Amino acid sequence: MKKGKFTLVENTALVPGMHRLTFSGDGSGIVPGQFAEVAVPGYFLRRPFSVAGFDGGSLTLAVRVRGEGTAALAALAPGAELDIVTGLGNGFDLSAAGERPLLIGGGSGVGVLWPLCRALAADGASVTAALGFNSGTESFYVSDFAALGARTEVYTADGSRGRRGLVTAALGDFEYSSVYACGAAPMLQIIDREAGAKAQFSLEARMGCGFGACMGCTVETVNGPRRVCKDGPVFRGGELIW
Amino acid sequence: MVNTAVNLCGVELENPVIPASGAFGYGREFAEIYDINCLGAFAIKGTTAYPRFGNPTPRIADAPGGMLNSVGLQNPGVEDVVNVELPALAKVYSKKVLANVCGFSIGEYVSVAERLDAEDIVGWIELNVSCPNVHGGGMSFGACCEGAAAVTREVKRVTKKPVIVKLTPNVTDIVPIARACADAGADGLSLINTVLAMRIDPAARRPVLANVTGGLSGGAVFPIALRMVYQVYEAVDIPIVGMGGVSTARDVIEMMLAGATAVGVGAANLTNPFAAKEIIEALPAEMEKYGITNLVDIIGGAHNG
Repeated sequence: MKKGKFTLVENTALVPGMHRLTFSGDGSGIVPGQFAEVAVPGYFLRRPFSVAGFDGGSLTLAVRVRGEGTAALAALAPGAELDIVTGLGNGFDLSAAGERPLLIGGGSGVGVLWPLCRALAADGASVTAALGFNSGTESFYVSDFAALGARTEVYTADGSRGRRGLVTAALGDFEYSSVYACGAAPMLQIIDREAGAKAQFSLEARMGCGFGACMGCTVETVNGPRRVCKDGPVFRGGELIW
Repeated sequence: MVNTAVNLCGVELENPVIPASGAFGYGREFAEIYDINCLGAFAIKGTTAYPRFGNPTPRIADAPGGMLNSVGLQNPGVEDVVNVELPALAKVYSKKVLANVCGFSIGEYVSVAERLDAEDIVGWIELNVSCPNVHGGGMSFGACCEGAAAVTREVKRVTKKPVIVKLTPNVTDIVPIARACADAGADGLSLINTVLAMRIDPAARRPVLANVTGGLSGGAVFPIALRMVYQVYEAVDIPIVGMGGVSTARDVIEMMLAGATAVGVGAANLTNPFAAKEIIEALPAEMEKYGITNLVDIIGGAHNG
């Protein structure tokens, strides 16, 4: 966990309500699946976002506009300097990937899988990325996954891009040694049921601090109460009580 | 060279800054990022007899100048605190903690306090009779003189350690309750706990918090807390731990001028994990700025005569 100043370099509206914010600053020491807490000027609590890209000198966040704080963040122009805490949460366990990891992302949950895909591909795994959206016009990040050499399949609810149907169909469409998923709770529940211990989920939660102090984001697990921000955001299949 | 030391109920503190209960867990998250031995002391998370999950989520909301929480006393229970949390803490922290004790009956307060009294690392028992987020416990004792006094009196029987009673601001007049605690044998008072509040999601037309209401903390409550510390200081002769929205070294000085002997820092730790450390580091320069050599000299300094 590190706290530092970051300068907004690029703010791109990927699709309506979904922005990719790229910052310059210390993006080192981050594990795929970890998140960042952004101090949004004018708001008290930091806002948590999954990290959709990082390297030694940059940090990329995928920001869905949900309320006033996220709207204010998405409205910032390049040059804005923000205070961001990085390296939060446990991150994905890459050692469990095996040869054929399947990445399943739904909507805004797609972003956090990109640095994971990059790391797994660098490890020599044969990665499949299944990316689910409501429609083709809401899809984003697809070419970024393809650019990493991952087999990339799009699923849309209305069939306007890629395969028609729920992205969880990927569990039947592809062989996999492991599943890494981020998206809405109903999607994760299906994956939990079908992939069990092979699955890892990144959860989303309304947080206070983001580092385990306030107990604001607790969920029930088979091992007792766990904090999404500190004990997660990545949980194993079979661990969560939905 | 300035002197930041204060004495809280007979225990010497290097400085008056005390991260407040509920904003600092059992210390370990902060010990990972800085040496928490720089603190004057800190208050552990409110501890009950048995483990508690707390209230349903969402239990955190943003607010202008602050935040709401309705966590509802999530904690692992006193046995786990004694067997796991405090030994882990003792490995990285050599000072004392305020053991924040909560209950749903006087008997629970007594049994939890008695269990924690036996721990060397516990310097004070802080009686949480002011949690606004649980039903039938916490604030229901502290919102009236009789309840607050009864808990204080019974806990005093089972501990030799100083008992500090943490008061709620959610009352018409905090002063008689402060007096009742002092008369019942309290060694100190801490105030304020959070201010009962709520937010509504206009799109959903529903309260944001699953618990409907929660406690407001952060800078927004600082002037309220300051006023109450000022009032209570005039009414009692026991030390006060002033807290509520403190986020800068200047706030610490204001709190002490109002009458606080030590100063709690709560929500500020959550938005800036280094807040307590930064306040402590800024304190000497802030004292020099206002011509303060010995911090103890300013306690209650804003009162006339």
